[in-house]
Amino acid sequence: MGRGTREYGLWSIGIILILIFALVPVLWIVSLSFKTPATIASGDTVWSSFWPDNFTWKNYESLFEGGIDESPFIAPLINSIGIALITTLISIVLASFCAYAIARLQFPGKALILAGALAIAMFPPISTVGPLFDMWRTLGLYDTWPGLIIPYLTFSLPLAIYTLVAFFREIPWDLEQAAQVDGATPFQAFRKVIIPLAAPGVFTAAILVFIFAWNDFLFAISLTSSDASRTVPAALAFFTGESQFTEPTGSIAAAASIVTVPIIIFVLIFQRRIVAGLTAGAVKG
Amino acid sequence: MSGISARLGRDGATERTRSERRLGWMLCAPAVGAMLLVTAYPIGYAVVLSLQDLDLRFPEEGGFAGLDNYQAILTSDLWWTDLFNTVFVMAISVAIELTLGMIIALVMYRAIFGRGVVRTSVLIPYGIVTVVAAFSWQFAFDPEVGWINDLPFIADDKAWFGERFSSFAAVITAEVWKTTPFMALLLLAGLVTIDDGLYEAAKVDGASAWQRFRRITLPLMKPAILVALLFRTLDAFRIFDTIFVMTRGAQDTESVSILGYNQLIGRLNLGLGSAVSVLIFVCVFIIAFLFIRGFGVRMQEGRPGT
Repeated sequence: MGRGTREYGLWSIGIILILIFALVPVLWIVSLSFKTPATIASGDTVWSSFWPDNFTWKNYESLFEGGIDESPFIAPLINSIGIALITTLISIVLASFCAYAIARLQFPGKALILAGALAIAMFPPISTVGPLFDMWRTLGLYDTWPGLIIPYLTFSLPLAIYTLVAFFREIPWDLEQAAQVDGATPFQAFRKVIIPLAAPGVFTAAILVFIFAWNDFLFAISLTSSDASRTVPAALAFFTGESQFTEPTGSIAAAASIVTVPIIIFVLIFQRRIVAGLTAGAVKG
Repeated sequence: MSGISARLGRDGATERTRSERRLGWMLCAPAVGAMLLVTAYPIGYAVVLSLQDLDLRFPEEGGFAGLDNYQAILTSDLWWTDLFNTVFVMAISVAIELTLGMIIALVMYRAIFGRGVVRTSVLIPYGIVTVVAAFSWQFAFDPEVGWINDLPFIADDKAWFGERFSSFAAVITAEVWKTTPFMALLLLAGLVTIDDGLYEAAKVDGASAWQRFRRITLPLMKPAILVALLFRTLDAFRIFDTIFVMTRGAQDTESVSILGYNQLIGRLNLGLGSAVSVLIFVCVFIIAFLFIRGFGVRMQEGRPGT
């Protein structure tokens, strides 16, 4: 009995510590985003640092002031969403073809493709920045959406392929034939049997690729120069205060909160799938 | 096998296997092409650029420079300082991540309750943009704005970013926070493959919790731990975002990736910058080689993550 309660207590402490570890930096940046410039430096205790005294929406309003032409945030936000979505879509289509072939077909070179994908996952992106910078300026891709989408595709494909192969290997493909024996056309069998079985894996891979593209900073600051294609992480690094005497802390915090909240909601809704995707069994080639 | 097939090709393959091969290659070709497009070709091009004296600010000068760029880098203090910084931050953050990650994985695995809450909460750092995490910790360590100096046992006016190793402390904190969850998930995946019966048997034989961890968990998880370590080490070696946001390389805190960026994009010196890029590539190759040969990492167990 006593041992049970003690263990219960220990686990509770462990869980609370992990929660604090994971959540404090997020609560902190959100609390900063609601502080006025005058109160941002106040707070002599940990608790008062986290609690905005004069709660304000001003930091958020300043991000959107002046519409798309003047605002330092609207254009990057559109770029971030557009680039991440297009990357996800293309990457998942290409990776699905490849993963289907690897999971279901026999052909020489399979192991090589998996090994190559793994090697690319270990590749240092900085090593490609110089050549891409030079090539993109020649080809007219510098500071454009495709200029970022192409490298994101390359570096997200290994993640997508490995995740999808792991999921596709679990699918009972025989069901497709069973459905055809029962009189379904090949297309019906694919649409009614295979797609519902494959959808969760495809969806999981899509979330992981989206998070990857949403997160990138190195390519975003190296291969862009203006609001035409600069994404939020890169724009944040170039934020300036309202005048040269004010720090942009409040607006950075507000912008950071805006790009963080959707990811947190994503994670809360799809946590089971994300964990399954990240830990899906190692692929043996 | 299909001995009844009369249509054996010259290489002994049936029509069916040959068409299966063709389909396999066709389905993989676009993905393979897209992966090579931005890796194989550019790294080759980087080698070519690194042998040129190519400064875009003075485009009319230049030409073939041989190994001059490499010589200039390898004899400069800056490269060796930055390499030390990179390896220092890498080693300390990966060590802390492994320890913390193991603890979190054990809590997630053994938790009697609240497993879902823990799993969801550790995914939050994984999902957050690295730049955002870096800003959050930069503000947290700021003496005026932040809360770190309000903690007990820390001087109220400690200027974390005023000195080299305290800057590293802040950078490492941000890195550890962002990447420990991924480590914990990889380790958890290794933990669940261990047969519970082993623990029960050890318990019956009177082994303590620590002994069970040392003698059962660790040896059985060695392959999973090594793969997680390899991936995190390589990832940490590429550190860029966190240092760029938190210090921009001030107080001698530059990493090799930042050095490469500064040469390439800051100074538009494609020759020198590409040589730095190639050297970083070589370093990554050496680290991977050491892990695979030295520790016998079984790469089949690996998978890309971040």
